[in-house]
Amino acid sequence: MAESWVLLALCGLATYAWRGLGARLSSEIDAESEVFAWISCVAYAMIAGLIARILVMPTGALAETTLVERALGSAVALGAYFWLTRRNLFAGVFAGAAAVWLMKLLI
Amino acid sequence: MSRAALVLGAREAAGVPAAVLAAGYLGFGALAAGHGLPLSLVVASTLAVWALPGQLILVEMNTLGAPHFAIVFTVALSSARFLPMTLVLMPLMRDARHRGWHYYVLAQLLALTGWTMAMARFPEIERAQRLAWFYGFTVVCLAASAAATATGYLIADLLTPLAKTGLVFMAPLYYLLILVGGVRQRTAALALACGALAGPLAYLGSAQWSVLVGGFAGGTLAYLIQRQGRLGG
Repeated sequence: MAESWVLLALCGLATYAWRGLGARLSSEIDAESEVFAWISCVAYAMIAGLIARILVMPTGALAETTLVERALGSAVALGAYFWLTRRNLFAGVFAGAAAVWLMKLLI
Repeated sequence: MSRAALVLGAREAAGVPAAVLAAGYLGFGALAAGHGLPLSLVVASTLAVWALPGQLILVEMNTLGAPHFAIVFTVALSSARFLPMTLVLMPLMRDARHRGWHYYVLAQLLALTGWTMAMARFPEIERAQRLAWFYGFTVVCLAASAAATATGYLIADLLTPLAKTGLVFMAPLYYLLILVGGVRQRTAALALACGALAGPLAYLGSAQWSVLVGGFAGGTLAYLIQRQGRLGG
């Protein structure tokens, strides 16, 4: 079991390496510079890429759902958020998850 | 540090953000219980890694018996987004009155929810107050997530596999909504669109390197497109 704790510590350190490096380097970056504009594009693109990948090609538990189910669930979430409830995040997220749950249950 | 800003940040987190994070971590805790890991380790993973995709990789690869080196390497690559995220957020919080170590603590507290919310809220918050606001917001998110991880682990037997999947699905849905609904600037929207295309494409080439390569390619493309537009090209 000690081995699992070492593994967790290493994963925590590996994740913090990026965070700490960012904190260290951030003092040398000018928020008005072109480099900053480029880095913020990369930050948004990395996040969007990760979320899109999880929704389109998930691994693990989410892989039990089909692409159609996830696409419909996402569409229901967006619809509930933007049109039905005037941007209520709670309603959007729960409607989307409930839609996937219902599709799995009924089909 | 401003107490009012700290409380404001905590209050803004203690609603939908904490509830949706809690739902995602409830699912994670329940899944991890099924993999036979001890409760303390699973809860510690939320505090130490504080990134749901990385934690899912850790639990799932560990169950598959992957070599530890490979697990740490994959978690590290999946977390690469924290470098540009920290680089972008820290200058917005920096103030001569704050001591330097705060930024290294905040770097650990930073995760997708807090970052996205901070990027949306900071223009309305006075610079000197932002650090306190961010502490309040992220500590509530982390505490709610750790409590939810433990709860999910303990009630795992009561949840059907379907319910666990539904809970795990809530986190990406939440990110989808706050990104699509919360981004006001055209450049950011362009970067999101380029990244959403480049990420899955890069994943087809190499699962491990996809976050880094896709983000780099998609972000650079978005930057070049907006620069071209700005220069009147």
